[in-house]
Amino acid sequence: MTLDSSDTQSFFGLVSDSLKRQVLAFQDYTLLAVRAIANVFTPPWYWTDTMSQMDAIGVGSLPIVVTAGFFIGVVLLLQTAAQFQRFGETALTGDIVSLALVRELGPTITALLVAGRNASGIASELGSMVVTEQVDAMRALGTDPYRKLVTPRVVATILMLPLLTAIADLVGLIGGFLVSALQLRLAPAEFWHRAINVLSFGDLMQGGAKPLIFGLIISTVGCYFGLAVRGGTQGVGRATTTAVVVSSVAIIVADSFLSKLFLYMF
Amino acid sequence: MCFSDAAGSAPVLFFDLSGAGMSDAPGTKPLVVFRDVHLGFDEGEVLRGISFEIAEGETKILLGESGSGKTLILKLAAGLVRADSGEIMVMGQNIEAMSETQLLEFRRQIGFVFQEGALFDSLSVADNVAFRLHEENVAESEIDERVREALRFVEMEQAIDKFPDELSGGMRRRVSIARALVNKPSIVFYDSPTAGLDPVTSQTIITLIMRLRDTLGVTSTVATHRLQDAFGLANYRFDADSDKVVALPKNGGSSPTHPTNVIVLREGQIYFQDAADTLLKSKDAYLKQFLASAE
Repeated sequence: MTLDSSDTQSFFGLVSDSLKRQVLAFQDYTLLAVRAIANVFTPPWYWTDTMSQMDAIGVGSLPIVVTAGFFIGVVLLLQTAAQFQRFGETALTGDIVSLALVRELGPTITALLVAGRNASGIASELGSMVVTEQVDAMRALGTDPYRKLVTPRVVATILMLPLLTAIADLVGLIGGFLVSALQLRLAPAEFWHRAINVLSFGDLMQGGAKPLIFGLIISTVGCYFGLAVRGGTQGVGRATTTAVVVSSVAIIVADSFLSKLFLYMF
Repeated sequence: MCFSDAAGSAPVLFFDLSGAGMSDAPGTKPLVVFRDVHLGFDEGEVLRGISFEIAEGETKILLGESGSGKTLILKLAAGLVRADSGEIMVMGQNIEAMSETQLLEFRRQIGFVFQEGALFDSLSVADNVAFRLHEENVAESEIDERVREALRFVEMEQAIDKFPDELSGGMRRRVSIARALVNKPSIVFYDSPTAGLDPVTSQTIITLIMRLRDTLGVTSTVATHRLQDAFGLANYRFDADSDKVVALPKNGGSSPTHPTNVIVLREGQIYFQDAADTLLKSKDAYLKQFLASAE
């Protein structure tokens, strides 16, 4: 079976249309992100909405972040201790748990958890508002939905994610410490001394800066897919799933680039 | 000019701001002008050369089958959707030449009632109606007074603390009307205000639109597929003195002070544009079929 010229044209036409749609979607996403950030510098500001979102995103995510952070610390220590015991260097477990959590696992796992919870929440909330014409109603009432809905969510996520990451790091270290004390019989002072002293300024910068970027990704992806909803309640469902998938993948991809950048800088 | 409350008791004078917003004297200048407006999507052109005018104080009813472009015309007039070509002037301002920021400011002068009400479901009825006032940093005491007055006008003051999910479809439309008129707009756009409602509730909504037209002189554009809405607005008026809806004289046309005219859309174009009475007497085959099928 061979393809005739019309089949080839229609195939390339489909590919071309699909690419155009992807480029346009990326352009729209970029405009939304830029607009959300630019709105921070000019009035009107919606402080109440921002505080409410900080509560929903920050305080609301605390239980899952604390639980996950604790057990990541526990597992990390269990896995590394098994290796270090072979060389009689169990004292180094404090170093490895601290470095792994602060540089990598703390920011990434926290961001993935928050993406699962909040990118979906943002997309479904805004998507429902779109299909019930609440976003159009807001515009009809003279209010900019980007200022009222997008910017507070972006600011709240960017501010809350570093705090959640710091809590996850601390709780993970506590989990690691408990295992080191109970299983390896490591002296508490030794664990904490090594865990704290191993961290350099670059590690703290890396651990603090990554959540800012991840927060921007989670919130803007959630808002973009929420506001782009078409097709009623089915569309809301699709947007919710897509927001979680895209933000999770984007976090992992961004993490690799950021890691390389920070390793180069510090 | 004043608002008369539901029970017909002493008039509330809060909206009585002479020269600002609502007016009871019809003017001759057009408040809305569409000139050769085209709009299309991926599926093809939806509006093909729409041209019409709405005079100050006039009520224009957009009739047509589903998908004929009624809602789009309202959204174009409010600047919620951009036309591909053509000119749209509303209250002397060229909508198509305005930026989104300018449009936000402009929309504060108009009212828009969405098909399902589009109330903010996380806000109470009071906060929904007060939304625009909060945005304009109006004093809380004034907000409360104006919200209660607007809700009293639509006979929904008792629901002030309720949330949208506690309201019936008709109640939501009434709250939506209260939200649209709280800022004293010169013109209100109603997108299928009676869609999905039972006949009694539909009549309540139409009476409200009539009251706004006849007591406050609000220019209205009503998109609907219900002929009863069109002929109700064209053949009756609200008498503020008796607080009742009364029939206009037969063959006398619509209200002389607040005329009501009809536009029938067909496949993205204006097929008929005149008084409701003329539509009823038309011998045109499509219009006769449309009237028969819509009844």
